[in-house]
Amino acid sequence: MSPVSAVMRRELRSYFVTPVAYVFLVIFLVLAGLLTFYAGDFYEREQADLQPFFVMHPWLYLILVPAITMRMWAEETRGGTLELLLTLPLTLWQAMLGKFLAAWLFIGLALLLTFPIWITVNYLGAPDNGVIAAGYVGSWLMAGTFISIGACLSALTRSQVVAFILTALVCVLLILVGEPQVLDFFRGTLPRKLIHAMSHLSMLQHFEAIARGVLDLRDLLYFLISTIGWLIAGVLLLDLKRTR
Amino acid sequence: MIETDQLTRCYGNLTAVDALSIRVEPGQVLGLLGPNGAGKSTAMRMIAGFLIPTSGTARVCGYDVAREPLKAKRALGYLPEGAPSYGEMTVREFLQFIIRMRGLKADAAYRRFDEVVHQLQLEEVLGLSIDILSKGLRRRVGLAQAILHDPPVLMLDEPTDGLDPNQKHAVRQLIDTMARERTILISTHLLEEVHALCNRVVIIARGKLLADATPAELERRSRYHGAVSFSAPGSGMSQEMLGRLPQVASIEVDPLDGRITVFPRAGERILEPVETLLREQGLEVSEIQLERGRLDEVFRQITTHDSDRAEPAKVSA
Repeated sequence: MSPVSAVMRRELRSYFVTPVAYVFLVIFLVLAGLLTFYAGDFYEREQADLQPFFVMHPWLYLILVPAITMRMWAEETRGGTLELLLTLPLTLWQAMLGKFLAAWLFIGLALLLTFPIWITVNYLGAPDNGVIAAGYVGSWLMAGTFISIGACLSALTRSQVVAFILTALVCVLLILVGEPQVLDFFRGTLPRKLIHAMSHLSMLQHFEAIARGVLDLRDLLYFLISTIGWLIAGVLLLDLKRTR
Repeated sequence: MIETDQLTRCYGNLTAVDALSIRVEPGQVLGLLGPNGAGKSTAMRMIAGFLIPTSGTARVCGYDVAREPLKAKRALGYLPEGAPSYGEMTVREFLQFIIRMRGLKADAAYRRFDEVVHQLQLEEVLGLSIDILSKGLRRRVGLAQAILHDPPVLMLDEPTDGLDPNQKHAVRQLIDTMARERTILISTHLLEEVHALCNRVVIIARGKLLADATPAELERRSRYHGAVSFSAPGSGMSQEMLGRLPQVASIEVDPLDGRITVFPRAGERILEPVETLLREQGLEVSEIQLERGRLDEVFRQITTHDSDRAEPAKVSA
């Protein structure tokens, strides 16, 4: 078995040995349901789709993904197990990938467990299930980006709390940066091109199209590339730690 | 084989390891000795590939740790300082994780697993999570982890720290049986361990190599080497007579238990003349001992500056 899957299995197991996994799943499912039905006006819209469900996902991830990723490297650094892990025959990349995949699969499981909402909407009407599938794929990809940000920032510190706050901060910036209010605020001071770039940096901009069921290659690439970028940054950070 | 060449590591202005060059051959058990903060763990971390040296190189079995890290790490079994392990895992899960990480083949791995668990007496705790184990048990789990893949090179950072005397004995026996064809580097600040385990000693302080010798050679540097000590009540008279022996340099009396130590002049053997004299004086001596030399004294001598060297605790007679 390759080191990547060994690391991944160990991480996944550690989620379920501690209550972290169960607490996370319960909160995720309850919040996903509440937000969809109350804040998202699921019934009042009288449309058979899951758009109100998907548009809440960035905000759910904002709180819950840092809770999953904060311990990823911070705990290994604090507990001294980082030395054990990095003196086993594996590369930093394999270690990072194993940990990332564990968190990503776990979020995937949480998403799968939202299936009652999908059943509900199919019971109530005749939604376009292709659009719903696209929404799920997009949401999972976005979760990957959130996780990679958390993985990188967890490597920065030995404190889980600091890792949580930093991750949430960066994520909220990336969610809000493309909002009209934010862009308007900067429109007077920053050059037009930068404003344009900021609007394209926004997670929300890229996810909204996906939530509507439009899988644009550019949006997919945005999430894919930023995920890989943050993972590379995380590996570089870990490597830097070995020289300092 | 472990080789380091001018291995150096700085933390800011502090040089933790300073141009350390050592070479450990198969069959050798090298004890890395030094006061706390001497750079033992830092040196080991660089050899294990955890820390990147500021300059210099380290090789394990001929593989440069920086250029071929995976090959070097495969050849190495390493117990980091404090024997870290994943607390939420059971001992069995943890060792199985190591087996997977090291890519050991299933049937051979299970035979080896049983063997190691037996050697370190972990049978009864296999199902317990590591969090609840005592310090000594955790250390043994860490040792099991290090030797699971039967590595040609073993590096153990304070392997017997926190073990009780029986466990220490068992671990030393284990290291002893492994020593024959392997290269073993252990760090310790227990001098008794050097006697029990090592056939070579390297002393470092402030990151610098200060001595590289066998334990016996080090003992010969001690001023106690060749000295004779005995306990005898009411030996005031004979002390004076002993002092007049041509081979004797000086005499010290331990202020606590009154034990008398007679130091020889350089190159002289004094056991026989001292015994003869005591017999002639008709003194009752329950036991008399020829000292091999004291490692702790040599250690102090080597690792402290002349200015802050502690005065010997004995009073001259």
